[in-house]
Amino acid sequence: MREQVQTIKEQDTLVIGGVEFSSRLWVGTGKYRSYEEMARALEASGTDVVTVAVRRVDFKARENLLQYIDPKRYKILPNTAGCYTVEEALRYARLGREAGLSNLIKLEVIGDEKTLFPDVCGLLKATEILAKEGFIVMPYTNDDPVVAKRLVDAGAACVMPLGAPIGSGLGIRNPYNIKIILESVNVPVVVDAGVGTASDATVAMELGCDAVLINTGIAQARDPVAMAEAMKHAVLAGRMAYKAGRIPKKLYATASSPLEGMLL
Amino acid sequence: MAMRLRINGQLMEASALTVAELLRELGIEPRAVAVEVNLSIVPKKDYQVFRLKEGDTVEIVSFVGGG
Repeated sequence: MREQVQTIKEQDTLVIGGVEFSSRLWVGTGKYRSYEEMARALEASGTDVVTVAVRRVDFKARENLLQYIDPKRYKILPNTAGCYTVEEALRYARLGREAGLSNLIKLEVIGDEKTLFPDVCGLLKATEILAKEGFIVMPYTNDDPVVAKRLVDAGAACVMPLGAPIGSGLGIRNPYNIKIILESVNVPVVVDAGVGTASDATVAMELGCDAVLINTGIAQARDPVAMAEAMKHAVLAGRMAYKAGRIPKKLYATASSPLEGMLL
Repeated sequence: MAMRLRINGQLMEASALTVAELLRELGIEPRAVAVEVNLSIVPKKDYQVFRLKEGDTVEIVSFVGGG
């Protein structure tokens, strides 16, 4: 079994905008109880890509995030979290590119403080501008297939629909829309936000999603290191099940054991 | 001669003449930061030559934990 997991993983590299991702579990770096715990959780998750936010340097801080993230091991994916306008998102994206010297950007244009749902009008505009500037744009979007298509038209390298609101842990609230998004776009689909436990990650992968991004679900679990490992297995299991091809659902039973040879 | 700059929202006095000198003065490793002066990003290759002037607004950002 272990060998099969390895084999599938090795042949199953995800490529977005020319960048290869060996892991289909992407992990956020916010909200851990300590950097040390975060570092162990990242290790346990087996991920090769971590999201980060762009913020003012704290001149008084004794330690910083990057001391705990080996850039040879993890690709750094800056986000534009906290940005409510196109202009703000562009500014943060450009600063993130300058700081990290990479074109990857997880683009967020937030439309509402309470739900943190994306402002899709702003998101479309920002995607178009940043794609023209050579960014590999990964927009955090809602689970609307039409918007997903428009984002691809605007130059998005993948789409990142939410499963549920950020940090809510409510799982994949609309698997049918996610399925329709998968059928509507010709770029990778990464479920971002809402994954609360292992089965949520598996559901996303069984639908055929290309990857899952998890932050709060790992960082705020009682034991983030153990949850990170659970998520790793959940993503691999979901991916394998998707590739294996599930049986159709039926209302009535079909016997697994033959009737032939039964005693009269 | 010290000049007054607004750095990350705080008024500060700095003796640095360039961005590179300012980062050194603040004890900041330039590798993983981005610097913006008066809303324009200063590319890393220009840190040695980009001259600061009295009253400049400087933002120095880096990566923190996020999702």
